[in-house]
Amino acid sequence: MQRHLISAADLTRDDAVLILDTAEEMARVADRPIKKLPTLRGRTVVNLFFEDSTRTRISFEAAEKRLSADVINFTAKGSSVSKGESLKDTAQTLEAMGVDAVVIRHGASGAPYRLATSGWIDAAVINAGDGTHQHPTQALLDAFTMRRRLVGRDAGLGKDLDGRRITIVGDVLHSRVARSNVDLLHTLGAEVTLVAPPTLLPVGVETWPCEVSYDLDSTLPKSDAVMMLRVQRERMNAAFFPTEREYSRRYGLDGDRMARMPEHAIVMHPGPMVRGMEITAEVADSDRCTVVEQVTNGVSIRMAVLYLLLGGNEPAVTHARTTEEK
Amino acid sequence: MDTQSDARPVLEGPDIARVLTRIAHEIVERAKGADDVVLLGIPTRGVFLARRLAAKLEQITERKIPVGSLDITMYRDDLRMHPPRALARTEIPGDGIDGRLVVLVDDVLFSGRTIRAALDALNDIGRPRAVQLAVLVDRGHRELPIRADYVGKNLPTSLRETVKVQLAEEDGRDTVLLGAKPATQGAQP
Amino acid sequence: MSKILIRGAKVLGGEPQDVLIDGQTIAQVGTGLPAEGAEVVEAGGKVLLPGLVDLHTHLREPGREDSETVLTGTRAAASGGYTTVFAMANTFPVADTAGVVEQVWRLGKESGYCDVQPIGAVTVGLKGAKLAELGAMHESAAGVTVFSDDGKCVHDAVIMRRALEYVKAFGGVVAQHAQEPRLTEGAQMNEGVVSAELGLGGWPAVAEESIIARDVLLAEHVGSRVHICHLSTAGSVEIVRWAKSRGIDVTAEVTPHHLLLTDELVRSYNPVYKVNPPLRTERDVMALREALADGTIDIVATDHAPHPHEDKDCEWAAAAMGMVGLETALSVVQETMVDTGLLDWAGVADRMSFTPARIGRAAGQGRPVSAGEPANLTLVDTAYRGRVDPAGFASRSRNTPYEGRELPGRVTHTWLRGKATLVDGKLT
Repeated sequence: MQRHLISAADLTRDDAVLILDTAEEMARVADRPIKKLPTLRGRTVVNLFFEDSTRTRISFEAAEKRLSADVINFTAKGSSVSKGESLKDTAQTLEAMGVDAVVIRHGASGAPYRLATSGWIDAAVINAGDGTHQHPTQALLDAFTMRRRLVGRDAGLGKDLDGRRITIVGDVLHSRVARSNVDLLHTLGAEVTLVAPPTLLPVGVETWPCEVSYDLDSTLPKSDAVMMLRVQRERMNAAFFPTEREYSRRYGLDGDRMARMPEHAIVMHPGPMVRGMEITAEVADSDRCTVVEQVTNGVSIRMAVLYLLLGGNEPAVTHARTTEEK
Repeated sequence: MDTQSDARPVLEGPDIARVLTRIAHEIVERAKGADDVVLLGIPTRGVFLARRLAAKLEQITERKIPVGSLDITMYRDDLRMHPPRALARTEIPGDGIDGRLVVLVDDVLFSGRTIRAALDALNDIGRPRAVQLAVLVDRGHRELPIRADYVGKNLPTSLRETVKVQLAEEDGRDTVLLGAKPATQGAQP
Repeated sequence: MSKILIRGAKVLGGEPQDVLIDGQTIAQVGTGLPAEGAEVVEAGGKVLLPGLVDLHTHLREPGREDSETVLTGTRAAASGGYTTVFAMANTFPVADTAGVVEQVWRLGKESGYCDVQPIGAVTVGLKGAKLAELGAMHESAAGVTVFSDDGKCVHDAVIMRRALEYVKAFGGVVAQHAQEPRLTEGAQMNEGVVSAELGLGGWPAVAEESIIARDVLLAEHVGSRVHICHLSTAGSVEIVRWAKSRGIDVTAEVTPHHLLLTDELVRSYNPVYKVNPPLRTERDVMALREALADGTIDIVATDHAPHPHEDKDCEWAAAAMGMVGLETALSVVQETMVDTGLLDWAGVADRMSFTPARIGRAAGQGRPVSAGEPANLTLVDTAYRGRVDPAGFASRSRNTPYEGRELPGRVTHTWLRGKATLVDGKLT
């Protein structure tokens, strides 16, 4: 029985739509005076963060608390992990305390997969971002944001993103957000185009279910949503691009470029943004930019995932594809 | 869910219309004009019944009656006995429920656990002046101290029987069926 | 020493013959040899090979005795049919002085399970900056002839050139671990379709190929011989093939795992598949098999790399690189080369005994199975098929990628200079 959420690629179309629909209902809880549901009372969830990410941890924590789960936060800094304790020992220690689910963020690609499949623990594993591999809840909240904006809040229920054109721009090579989004958006029927300098695209990208372009300007008019990825300045030192200025000029989104997008098209960013690098303040602060919405939607999506994986005696998400592979 | 072949109707379309009219009149009478009534149906069929009741109340009172839905899935006490269910919509009418008379509407009253969950859910949404319960069928076998204020039909049943409500909006016709439960199957929810 | 008569063995896969061992030597090879006064081993159609020679073994002693010692490593070697192993220099301390190589050599002598030929480091501490005392190591009791910084690449072109030149004075050879360091920073697996999906740092084929290309040209320029460790890509094969066609004195090895496994296995994120150079693609595997068959690749070497359980029972990035291989090498070669029809048993004897002994100048090893030769022999039950069970390994470590996999062939007997080290699959 598959009880984990490791990769966006594991989700079938129906799984993904169920999560998005459930998140719509969860979102309504946020509008109530009491933003809390008793659903996960008595369940314990640990947020096991080996990598700093206050934003993601707080989002998961809010989701867990709104569902009345007991929450344990574990960050590697200052813990026994920094003294050389292994992932295995840490996980087993936590499970010995009676944990039902582990939300794991780890710098090593595959660490959540390992945790879920190695037989070290029995708890459900939810990937909150691993190395440069996957960040499935980010992809889900992005898809949720797109469906709301491009299909409609109520009109979108039960629907996918069939035929929507999504452009993802930036450091695809080092991005788990890009990988997860390509997988999920493809599953949901969207047409994805990756735009980046060739140095920031992985060898092998040609086999992904998407288009690849080096030219942002020609892609923008054909986009319903443009997702800008964070580009770390340090990449410049490893010769991925010559200078910050050249990067911004060729691949940054400014007001002029935004004007070339269709009127209904939105600008997305997983955050944190590097203003002046991949996105100008003008674009970031415009009402076409959904960054703040994405944060709000993140809590709803994580509530939906937690409910569907932990809310019953077995998960409602089938993971049909993973099961078939094994 | 299949209707058993030996299931027999205990209420037909015209009966259902008649009992809803009666319930509507009872509500107006007991609520002294139903000025502050809010009807909340429990998905799925309770919502259709609530809408029908609201229409009848509006005929009687010639006023708009707020009607909404209350999904109780997340408040169920048997969550861990089944896979998680898809959620249904909770739709609270614009003016809310604070200080109002909320009438919960459901199709069948059985163990009372659904109503217990509904009361918990209401508690998280606001503070009504009072809460009442209207059901189409009360089949008995309560497991909690809960009773209905308005009952369409009292239907004494055995635990080996099933009661199935069908409504035109969902099932294409109005009827209440009483059948026998297949021996091997577990308890109906 | 007593006499042993091996009866009805297919010598190098040929017609069944009897082989009589007298003391340390093969006394007679023929049919219907008399059994008087000899212990008889009924071969019953098993294949008799010269004792295998591994040019690339990590014995871990001194320094990492928790993963392997000279004794446990040589027991594993005997178990896999080997009578000689060349012990790599990346121990703690590094085998970069006469003292350390002599220690390893002496421990090998004491073990008695197979000959241990220490490999000396090319540079001090494997740091790639300063030549180690190559001459002193050669002149030591260990008589080192193979030098390698294996695990690290001798990446500085000048240091490599000097090493190639210097060892000519005493007929040594430099075995290069071909890995351009800058191109493989943060590398975790083969760079390609799978790494792109898994988000693991890529180890591009070109990082190996560019160093091999450079080194064969250097060897040509200075007139030296060079040996390429664990060649892993189709492109490397092309470069070596080209170099040999030009008459450059280059030899190359391939590991059993690169003949069988591909990077698709990394999808499991199970570090048992983490190895350096990494598992490559199906296309590479096919090119390597073909190259081993046509002689472009000269030998099979195990790159036996024991690691303790905890170094593999973790997340991929944190795991050590390497696999044990001594006890499964011959089975993998049978699976990939013999049972596929690419190589006969005489070819296996060449790739796993004669040629590695010649490259490493291992005296008395890799000799023909004929009268008067040292009795270093391996008897293989080629009809056997079974699942690999690491619990039965003689090695101290269990990091095999073949656990539970069905493989053909089983070494039943090994003789080191007439002394049985393995009898009916059991170490003596």
